[in-house]
Amino acid sequence: MKVLVPVKRVVDYNVKVRVRADGTGVETAGVKMSMNPFDEIAVEEAVRLKEKGIATEVVAVSLGIAACAETIRTALAMGADRGILVESDAELQPLAVAKLLAAIAGREQPGLMILGKQAIDDDMNATGQMLAALLGWPQGTFASKLTIEGDGITVTREVDGGLETVALRLPAIITTDLRLNEPRYASLPNIMKARKKPIETLKPADLGVDPAPRLHLVKVVEPAKRKAGVKVASVAELVAKLKTEAKVI
Amino acid sequence: MTALVLLDHDNAAIKQPARSAVAAALKLGEVHVLVAGHGARAAADAAAKLPGVAKVILADAEPYAHGLAEPLAALLVALAPGYSHILAAATAYGKNVMPRAAALLDVQPISDISAVVDADTFVRPIYAGNALATVRSSDTKKLITVRAASFDPVPAEGGSAPVEAAPSVDLPGISRFISSELSRSERPELTAARVVISGGRGMQNGENFKLLEPIADALNAAVGASRAAVDAGFVPNDYQVGQTGKIVAPDLYVAVGISGAIQHLAGMKDSKVIVAINKDEEAPIFQVADYGLVADLFVALPALSAELGRG
Ligand SMILES: Cc1cc2nc3c(=O)[nH]c(=O)nc-3n(C[C@H](O)[C@H](O)[C@H](O)COP(=O)(O)OP(=O)(O)OC[C@H]3O[C@@H](n4cnc5c(N)ncnc54)[C@H](O)[C@@H]3O)c2cc1C
Ligand SMILES: Nc1ncnc2c1ncn2[C@@H]1O[C@H](COP(=O)(O)O)[C@@H](O)[C@H]1O
Repeated sequence: MKVLVPVKRVVDYNVKVRVRADGTGVETAGVKMSMNPFDEIAVEEAVRLKEKGIATEVVAVSLGIAACAETIRTALAMGADRGILVESDAELQPLAVAKLLAAIAGREQPGLMILGKQAIDDDMNATGQMLAALLGWPQGTFASKLTIEGDGITVTREVDGGLETVALRLPAIITTDLRLNEPRYASLPNIMKARKKPIETLKPADLGVDPAPRLHLVKVVEPAKRKAGVKVASVAELVAKLKTEAKVI
Repeated sequence: MTALVLLDHDNAAIKQPARSAVAAALKLGEVHVLVAGHGARAAADAAAKLPGVAKVILADAEPYAHGLAEPLAALLVALAPGYSHILAAATAYGKNVMPRAAALLDVQPISDISAVVDADTFVRPIYAGNALATVRSSDTKKLITVRAASFDPVPAEGGSAPVEAAPSVDLPGISRFISSELSRSERPELTAARVVISGGRGMQNGENFKLLEPIADALNAAVGASRAAVDAGFVPNDYQVGQTGKIVAPDLYVAVGISGAIQHLAGMKDSKVIVAINKDEEAPIFQVADYGLVADLFVALPALSAELGRG
């Protein structure tokens, strides 16, 4: 079974982003970029499926500017076999990404696609569900455990009240949650090996998709800052302040 | 313009986040609500009492019993022609279903809105809430999930809407519910509580979370946690507050042994009053705390329960 893993290039999770003064977006120039952390979990899971002999090939796909090839290289260094870059300088929103990925699924015929549950830049939490819809496949979102048996997959999901287990028919879409696994660090030899692994480059037009955005950015602003608080010296002072000053207890 | 709201429910009552989604929808026009489930008549009756709701649609059938996205999305698509907007709370339930329905309708969903500007324009937090984006949708229909913490919920009672049965829909049989393992608690739900007390890695183990209990009892609080505490297995996954967990905005949030990473702040910085208890006076959590106590939590927590016990 072939496993496809979409990996997004995002601002590193350690960076505190700054809103541009002109309100057109956040500052990305000179900012550290990394693979979306949920996608690292997705790559890890796919590579483990290969190590268990369940997956035959792991293909990492990234959509965006040419530099997304670096994100694919990271996936290759973790153990993916090859990459596909869909290059576009225009902004790609989840609907467009899902359509492009659906077109790639049409060519590649994977048995499973594993995505992150959420990109930590746009915080959309949408692409996996949309891709599943476009392909007519079932979806196991927010996954913390996967078991593949025959033509089915059992998925434990992190839901609001705890955990839920569902059975899906393959091919299926999975989106990862934080507890699915702990992604490995790529070793130096594997980083070297990854340089020789192939990356195919396509354009949205090659896939017959119109990627025009449907959401238009009006402006981006910084959220209101909280005003500085005070330090209290004791538990007694804390409780007194909560009662008489803040009046919340 | 009529909006349809897909409601989170437990077959008996409507969940508070769903009542916040109704509040958001009421800013757009007439509101109908959808209760999908199996044996969910009581939930539909509860939905009929939500003030401002003009009609309840009840889809009562076995495939809807466990909130699976595949049948629910098909149901929403069947109902979609009557509506300009379809909304749900940005809960695990809403986030699972809405984008799937949106793709079937060729619509780009608008996730996790924190404000309604007009019928086409919405505000949504991005980058863990470090920026607020105002976006205008050019889709003719809008599919939206609502950040419940940003909208005061409509009251549970006061209305009296008619309940109508949903049309029957051809449903895909590609997914099946097997089981659930839900955390049981007598306490209020995290996203509905007026007071939340959360523990982090500083709690050291699950046993120590018991130190939070007398305080939670005294304040009628929900107990939450940081990702680090969940990953370490101290508490179940559904306790996680943050960018990728639950978003809360209670009157009082108490962070104990939590450093205050961006991802945690994203889930609680809109709380009215924030208290931080941390032994490291440099911890970033103090930058957002209204009241900071630099102390060892193993000393401060027993003292706090004693102080609250005095009444
Ligand atoms: C993709 C992604 C998503 C994430 N999503 C979330 C999320 O939704 N929610 C979330 O919380 N995090 C999230 N994180 C993790 C986040 O980056 C931090 O790692 C996490 O919040 C740290 O948890 P913590 O504050 O409990 O632990 P630490 O950062 O280790 O802090 C522990 C604190 O406890 C204090 N302490 C220790 N002992 C004591 C004592 N005896 N008395 C008093 N204080 C003490 C220490 O001084 C320290 O400040 C995410 C990370 C990533 C990469
Ligand atoms: N431009 C992209 N390239 C590759 N994968 C993407 C891209 N955008 C979204 N994804 C995938 O979809 C997931 C969810 O993203 P989102 O719906 O934007 O929160 C990510 O974790 C990725 O797996």
